[in-house]
Amino acid sequence: MKNQQEEVSLGMLPGQLEPVRVGRRLFLRYAGAFAAGGAVLASCKNGEENPTTVMAPVDLGTGDVGILNYAYALEQLEAAFYTQVIATPYSGMTDAEKTLLTDIRNHEIIHREFFKAALGANAIAGLTPNFTAITFTDRASVLNTAKAFEDLGVSAYNGAGSLIKDVNYLALAGKIVSVEARHAAAIRDLLSPKSADFAGDDVVAPATGLDKASAPSVVLPIAQTFVKTQITATNLPK
Amino acid sequence: MNLFKIISDIEQIDPEISERYSFYSRRNLLKFGSNLVAAGIPAIVAGSLNKALAQSGAPSAAAVAVLQYALTLEYLEDEFYRMGLAAAGLVPASDRTVISQISKHEAAHVALLKGALGTAAAAKPTFKYPAGTFTSYPTFLATARALEDTGVAAYKGQAGELINDKPILTTALQIHSVEARHASEVRRILGLKGWVSDTAQTTFTQGGVALKTLPNTTGFSDDSFREAFDEPLTKAQVLAIAAPFLG
Repeated sequence: MKNQQEEVSLGMLPGQLEPVRVGRRLFLRYAGAFAAGGAVLASCKNGEENPTTVMAPVDLGTGDVGILNYAYALEQLEAAFYTQVIATPYSGMTDAEKTLLTDIRNHEIIHREFFKAALGANAIAGLTPNFTAITFTDRASVLNTAKAFEDLGVSAYNGAGSLIKDVNYLALAGKIVSVEARHAAAIRDLLSPKSADFAGDDVVAPATGLDKASAPSVVLPIAQTFVKTQITATNLPK
Repeated sequence: MNLFKIISDIEQIDPEISERYSFYSRRNLLKFGSNLVAAGIPAIVAGSLNKALAQSGAPSAAAVAVLQYALTLEYLEDEFYRMGLAAAGLVPASDRTVISQISKHEAAHVALLKGALGTAAAAKPTFKYPAGTFTSYPTFLATARALEDTGVAAYKGQAGELINDKPILTTALQIHSVEARHASEVRRILGLKGWVSDTAQTTFTQGGVALKTLPNTTGFSDDSFREAFDEPLTKAQVLAIAAPFLG
């Protein structure tokens, strides 16, 4: 990376238009590393990181443990995001917004630590986020990412409920998913106050009044774009 | 008809007399599908739900009881918002978009549940509303908040009953999170936080995990720990809350 100062951003947020600038030689090096290690390639923003670092993939596991690790992975992502949001507030963040986003950060950290404690020795390792697609100084970038994360979380828990075997774990997932839905509505209300967006037709089907429910196979590729650590989920219940 | 009676009837359902529900037999699964279509549910939704049920077998008696219970709550919410929107001068122009969106969803939930229950669906009860519900906007909003937060807790309280009825569990979860979106928005209009801190919650333990000693939570308020987990309500608790609306 000595002479390469260009930003490499291979994991893009869907809909984000940040240009990807990758030199051909560097691309080939990355491509080689990817083929060799199957690693998720992340940004080398400061030009000092070792581009050939290959992180060990993390497998979520099987059965209810797999589903809990799936939730733990998503909560890790959300908690890391909001921690950064509060550490480096976007320009023009109002006191009310800071209070709201701090509340959400705390909830997500509690969720993350809860899953880690509940999983004990079965917990996956801590994931390394990749937030290069997010401009933390920009309100629209932060809040639209928050909206995407919360909606994703809601659809993930809704889709995972039927994969859970233990009724106690199902109850816990139920206690968390509605908190994520409350977050989603509040974030959507910040972006478009008093509009229909808090439960917009883009997430709640108008004909049935049903929120989205998505399988892990749909959710994880989206989450993966924000996580450097490669997550594998081939053993999850289906 | 009264809500209390309906719910006690449901609670007393004997699984052995489950045949009384028209859609219990596989033969009637097709009928189940046509009920959905008749109720105005798009064919693709009716088709997929019917297919899912055909694959997994008929719903359990427990699941049917949950659907009836949910339908009763949705009837109440649906009528409440319809009457609110129809009451002259009640809902200000600035909030009509929000209230209309909620009303649209409650109507869709009623149609969906009626379609799923088919001929077994209970008729809409006659509800009563406390004085001022449709003449004072603050009262209307406070009632909306109570109904939405209760709805979230009521669905959540039934999730375990549906653990063996996967398609119905998923559908119930998909309604549950919509009620939570509604609750959050109504709370925000009221100037409240979108999440619930129930001060009656003093144990701070979830699933055997002591929350207040978790790493990285130093300095978090009790409210944060309470808000992070929405608590369920049993049918009996929901009934007590719904008592003022019972005919």
